[in-house]
Amino acid sequence: MAVKKFMYVNRKAPYGTIYALESLEVVLIGAAFDQDVSLAFIGDGVYELTKGQNTDGIGQKNFSPTYAALGDYDVNKIYVEKESLEERGLTLDDLQHLVWEDEDEDWAEKDSIRLVSRAELADVIADQDILLSF
Amino acid sequence: MKFSIQVNEGPYQHQASDTAYQFAKAAIAAGHEIFRVFFYHDGVNNATKLAVPPQDDRDIPKLWSELSKENNLDLVVCIAAAQRRGMMDVDEAKRQGFEDNNLKEGFRISGLGQLIEAGIESDRLVVFGA
Repeated sequence: MAVKKFMYVNRKAPYGTIYALESLEVVLIGAAFDQDVSLAFIGDGVYELTKGQNTDGIGQKNFSPTYAALGDYDVNKIYVEKESLEERGLTLDDLQHLVWEDEDEDWAEKDSIRLVSRAELADVIADQDILLSF
Repeated sequence: MKFSIQVNEGPYQHQASDTAYQFAKAAIAAGHEIFRVFFYHDGVNNATKLAVPPQDDRDIPKLWSELSKENNLDLVVCIAAAQRRGMMDVDEAKRQGFEDNNLKEGFRISGLGQLIEAGIESDRLVVFGA
Protein backbone atom coordinates (compact mmCIF):
# COMPACT_ATOMS: atom_id res chain seq x y z
CA MET A 1 0.00 0.00 0.00
CA ALA A 2 1.50 3.28 -1.11
CA VAL A 3 2.10 5.94 1.50
CA LYS A 4 -0.35 8.83 1.28
CA LYS A 5 0.21 12.46 2.10
CA PHE A 6 -2.01 13.38 5.06
CA MET A 7 -2.35 17.01 6.04
CA TYR A 8 -4.20 18.19 9.13
CA VAL A 9 -5.38 21.76 8.68
CA ASN A 10 -5.89 23.54 11.99
CA ARG A 11 -8.08 26.62 11.74
CA LYS A 12 -9.51 27.21 15.22
CA ALA A 13 -8.30 28.79 18.44
CA PRO A 14 -7.21 26.19 21.03
CA TYR A 15 -10.08 26.82 23.43
CA GLY A 16 -13.68 27.91 22.85
CA THR A 17 -14.35 24.82 20.77
CA ILE A 18 -12.97 21.29 20.98
CA TYR A 19 -11.72 21.07 17.38
CA ALA A 20 -8.07 21.80 18.18
CA LEU A 21 -7.85 19.19 20.95
CA GLU A 22 -9.62 16.48 18.99
CA SER A 23 -7.55 17.26 15.91
CA LEU A 24 -4.43 16.64 17.94
CA GLU A 25 -5.85 13.29 19.05
CA VAL A 26 -6.27 12.24 15.40
CA VAL A 27 -2.71 13.31 14.61
CA LEU A 28 -1.30 11.23 17.47
CA ILE A 29 -3.30 8.12 16.53
CA GLY A 30 -2.59 8.64 12.83
CA ALA A 31 1.14 8.78 13.47
CA ALA A 32 1.09 5.00 14.00
CA PHE A 33 0.09 4.41 10.38
CA ASP A 34 3.42 5.37 8.81
CA GLN A 35 1.98 7.87 6.38
CA ASP A 36 3.51 11.15 5.17
CA VAL A 37 2.05 13.53 7.75
CA SER A 38 2.09 17.30 7.89
CA LEU A 39 0.17 19.92 9.84
CA ALA A 40 -0.91 23.37 8.74
CA PHE A 41 -1.91 26.18 11.06
CA ILE A 42 -3.94 28.95 9.48
CA GLY A 43 -6.35 31.62 10.67
CA ASP A 44 -7.04 31.43 14.40
CA GLY A 45 -5.36 28.02 14.30
CA VAL A 46 -2.01 29.76 14.77
CA TYR A 47 -3.05 30.47 18.38
CA GLU A 48 -2.85 26.72 19.04
CA LEU A 49 0.95 26.91 18.90
CA THR A 50 1.44 29.98 21.07
CA LYS A 51 3.72 29.52 24.04
CA GLY A 52 2.86 30.34 27.63
CA GLN A 53 -0.73 29.18 27.45
CA ASN A 54 -2.45 29.20 30.83
CA THR A 55 -5.92 27.72 31.23
CA ASP A 56 -6.26 28.14 35.01
CA GLY A 57 -9.11 30.60 34.58
CA ILE A 58 -11.29 28.48 32.31
CA GLY A 59 -11.22 25.11 34.04
CA GLN A 60 -9.90 23.30 30.99
CA LYS A 61 -6.80 21.24 30.47
CA ASN A 62 -3.88 23.06 28.87
CA PHE A 63 -3.01 20.61 26.10
CA SER A 64 -0.45 22.86 24.37
CA PRO A 65 2.59 20.92 25.75
CA THR A 66 1.49 18.00 23.56
CA TYR A 67 2.59 19.87 20.42
CA ALA A 68 6.18 19.62 21.66
CA ALA A 69 5.87 15.81 21.59
CA LEU A 70 4.93 15.67 17.90
CA GLY A 71 8.58 15.39 16.87
CA ASP A 72 8.82 12.11 18.80
CA TYR A 73 5.94 10.80 16.68
CA ASP A 74 7.82 11.65 13.46
CA VAL A 75 5.43 14.51 12.85
CA ASN A 76 7.90 17.19 11.88
CA LYS A 77 6.43 19.15 8.99
CA ILE A 78 4.47 21.91 10.65
CA TYR A 79 3.46 24.70 8.30
CA VAL A 80 2.47 28.03 9.82
CA GLU A 81 0.96 30.62 7.53
CA LYS A 82 2.83 33.91 7.70
CA GLU A 83 -0.15 36.11 6.88
CA SER A 84 -2.25 34.51 9.62
CA LEU A 85 0.42 35.33 12.18
CA GLU A 86 0.78 38.90 10.94
CA GLU A 87 -2.97 39.51 10.88
CA ARG A 88 -3.01 38.64 14.59
CA GLY A 89 0.05 40.66 15.53
CA LEU A 90 2.07 37.52 16.18
CA THR A 91 5.56 36.45 15.14
CA LEU A 92 7.41 33.12 15.27
CA ASP A 93 8.77 34.20 18.67
CA ASP A 94 5.26 33.97 20.09
CA LEU A 95 5.06 30.29 19.16
CA GLN A 96 6.54 27.26 20.86
CA HIS A 97 9.92 26.21 19.51
CA LEU A 98 9.04 22.79 18.08
CA VAL A 99 11.88 20.48 17.13
CA TRP A 100 12.56 16.93 15.99
CA GLU A 101 15.64 14.73 15.92
CA ASP A 102 16.90 13.57 12.52
CA GLU A 103 18.12 10.00 12.88
CA ASP A 104 19.81 10.23 9.47
CA GLU A 105 22.04 13.02 10.75
CA ASP A 106 23.12 11.58 14.10
CA TRP A 107 19.91 12.76 15.79
CA ALA A 108 20.59 16.40 15.01
CA GLU A 109 17.85 18.64 16.40
CA LYS A 110 15.94 20.45 13.68
CA ASP A 111 13.09 22.95 13.59
CA SER A 112 9.68 21.47 12.85
CA ILE A 113 7.94 24.75 12.08
CA ARG A 114 8.08 26.02 8.52
CA LEU A 115 6.89 29.57 8.09
CA VAL A 116 5.22 29.81 4.68
CA SER A 117 3.25 32.41 2.78
CA ARG A 118 -0.40 31.87 1.91
CA ALA A 119 0.58 31.22 -1.70
CA GLU A 120 3.27 28.72 -0.73
CA LEU A 121 0.88 26.90 1.59
CA ALA A 122 -1.66 26.67 -1.21
CA ASP A 123 0.91 24.75 -3.25
CA VAL A 124 1.67 22.42 -0.33
CA ILE A 125 -2.06 21.79 0.19
CA ALA A 126 -2.56 21.09 -3.52
CA ASP A 127 0.10 18.40 -3.26
CA GLN A 128 -1.71 16.40 -0.54
CA ASP A 129 -3.76 13.20 -0.90
CA ILE A 130 -5.85 13.60 2.25
CA LEU A 131 -6.85 16.87 3.92
CA LEU A 132 -8.42 16.72 7.35
CA SER A 133 -9.69 20.14 8.30
CA PHE A 134 -10.38 21.12 11.90
CA MET B 1 -14.95 5.61 -7.08
CA LYS B 2 -14.42 4.56 -3.48
CA PHE B 3 -15.43 7.27 -1.02
CA SER B 4 -15.18 7.68 2.71
CA ILE B 5 -17.08 10.34 4.60
CA GLN B 6 -16.29 12.17 7.81
CA VAL B 7 -19.13 13.87 9.73
CA ASN B 8 -17.92 16.44 12.26
CA GLU B 9 -21.13 18.01 13.55
CA GLY B 10 -24.15 16.77 15.44
CA PRO B 11 -27.65 16.52 14.00
CA TYR B 12 -29.95 19.54 13.51
CA GLN B 13 -27.72 22.34 14.85
CA HIS B 14 -25.57 22.05 11.74
CA GLN B 15 -26.49 20.89 8.25
CA ALA B 16 -23.27 18.86 7.94
CA SER B 17 -24.87 15.51 8.75
CA ASP B 18 -27.80 16.14 6.36
CA THR B 19 -25.43 17.08 3.55
CA ALA B 20 -23.20 14.09 4.23
CA TYR B 21 -26.25 11.83 4.16
CA GLN B 22 -27.45 13.28 0.85
CA PHE B 23 -23.95 12.92 -0.55
CA ALA B 24 -23.71 9.29 0.55
CA LYS B 25 -27.12 8.49 -0.91
CA ALA B 26 -26.31 10.19 -4.21
CA ALA B 27 -22.91 8.50 -4.43
CA ILE B 28 -24.44 5.06 -3.89
CA ALA B 29 -27.19 5.80 -6.43
CA ALA B 30 -24.50 6.76 -8.95
CA GLY B 31 -22.80 3.40 -8.47
CA HIS B 32 -19.95 4.54 -6.23
CA GLU B 33 -18.79 2.66 -3.18
CA ILE B 34 -18.82 4.13 0.33
CA PHE B 35 -16.01 2.46 2.24
CA ARG B 36 -16.92 4.02 5.56
CA VAL B 37 -18.69 6.92 7.26
CA PHE B 38 -16.79 8.17 10.30
CA PHE B 39 -18.50 10.30 12.96
CA TYR B 40 -16.19 12.60 14.89
CA HIS B 41 -16.46 15.60 17.26
CA ASP B 42 -20.17 16.28 17.96
CA GLY B 43 -20.85 14.13 14.90
CA VAL B 44 -21.03 11.16 17.28
CA ASN B 45 -24.43 12.45 18.41
CA ASN B 46 -25.89 11.43 15.05
CA ALA B 47 -25.77 7.87 16.37
CA THR B 48 -28.21 8.31 19.25
CA LYS B 49 -31.21 6.02 19.41
CA LEU B 50 -32.95 8.34 21.88
CA ALA B 51 -33.74 11.22 19.52
CA VAL B 52 -37.44 11.96 19.00
CA PRO B 53 -37.64 14.76 16.43
CA PRO B 54 -41.05 16.31 15.58
CA GLN B 55 -43.08 14.13 13.20
CA ASP B 56 -42.95 16.65 10.37
CA ASP B 57 -39.14 16.81 10.50
CA ARG B 58 -36.52 14.37 9.27
CA ASP B 59 -35.16 11.80 11.73
CA ILE B 60 -31.44 12.07 11.06
CA PRO B 61 -30.19 9.10 13.14
CA LYS B 62 -32.92 6.95 11.60
CA LEU B 63 -32.02 8.06 8.05
CA TRP B 64 -28.40 7.01 8.59
CA SER B 65 -29.46 3.77 10.23
CA GLU B 66 -31.76 2.88 7.32
CA LEU B 67 -29.17 3.83 4.72
CA SER B 68 -26.75 1.56 6.50
CA LYS B 69 -29.20 -1.33 6.53
CA GLU B 70 -30.12 -0.95 2.86
CA ASN B 71 -26.55 -0.64 1.61
CA ASN B 72 -24.50 -2.44 4.21
CA LEU B 73 -22.88 0.91 5.02
CA ASP B 74 -20.16 0.96 7.67
CA LEU B 75 -21.08 3.71 10.17
CA VAL B 76 -18.27 4.19 12.69
CA VAL B 77 -18.51 6.39 15.77
CA CYS B 78 -15.22 7.55 17.26
CA ILE B 79 -14.83 6.04 20.71
CA ALA B 80 -12.77 8.89 22.18
CA ALA B 81 -15.29 11.50 21.04
CA ALA B 82 -18.19 9.23 22.06
CA GLN B 83 -16.93 8.64 25.59
CA ARG B 84 -16.70 12.40 26.19
CA ARG B 85 -20.24 12.92 25.00
CA GLY B 86 -21.98 9.93 26.58
CA MET B 87 -22.56 7.87 23.46
CA MET B 88 -22.36 4.15 24.28
CA ASP B 89 -23.02 0.76 22.79
CA VAL B 90 -24.05 -2.20 24.96
CA ASP B 91 -20.50 -3.42 25.58
CA GLU B 92 -19.05 -0.03 26.42
CA ALA B 93 -21.97 0.77 28.76
CA LYS B 94 -21.38 -2.50 30.60
CA ARG B 95 -17.65 -1.83 30.81
CA GLN B 96 -18.28 1.61 32.29
CA GLY B 97 -20.92 0.34 34.71
CA PHE B 98 -23.96 1.98 33.10
CA GLU B 99 -27.30 0.22 32.86
CA ASP B 100 -28.32 2.00 29.67
CA ASN B 101 -26.86 2.42 26.22
CA ASN B 102 -27.89 4.75 23.43
CA LEU B 103 -26.21 3.68 20.20
CA LYS B 104 -28.64 3.18 17.36
CA GLU B 105 -28.71 0.04 15.25
CA GLY B 106 -26.44 0.29 12.21
CA PHE B 107 -23.72 2.27 13.99
CA ARG B 108 -20.65 0.81 15.66
CA ILE B 109 -18.11 2.36 18.00
CA SER B 110 -14.43 2.10 17.17
CA GLY B 111 -11.15 3.99 17.24
CA LEU B 112 -9.65 6.91 15.33
CA GLY B 113 -7.50 4.45 13.41
CA GLN B 114 -10.64 3.65 11.44
CA LEU B 115 -10.60 7.23 10.12
CA ILE B 116 -6.97 7.03 9.06
CA GLU B 117 -7.59 3.63 7.47
CA ALA B 118 -10.56 5.10 5.58
CA GLY B 119 -8.25 7.82 4.22
CA ILE B 120 -5.71 5.23 3.13
CA GLU B 121 -8.19 2.79 1.58
CA SER B 122 -10.44 5.26 -0.23
CA ASP B 123 -9.97 7.28 -3.40
CA ARG B 124 -11.49 10.31 -1.68
CA LEU B 125 -12.19 11.25 1.92
CA VAL B 126 -14.90 13.90 2.03
CA VAL B 127 -15.21 15.93 5.24
CA PHE B 128 -18.52 17.51 6.29
CA GLY B 129 -18.69 20.16 8.97
CA ALA B 130 -16.20 22.02 11.19
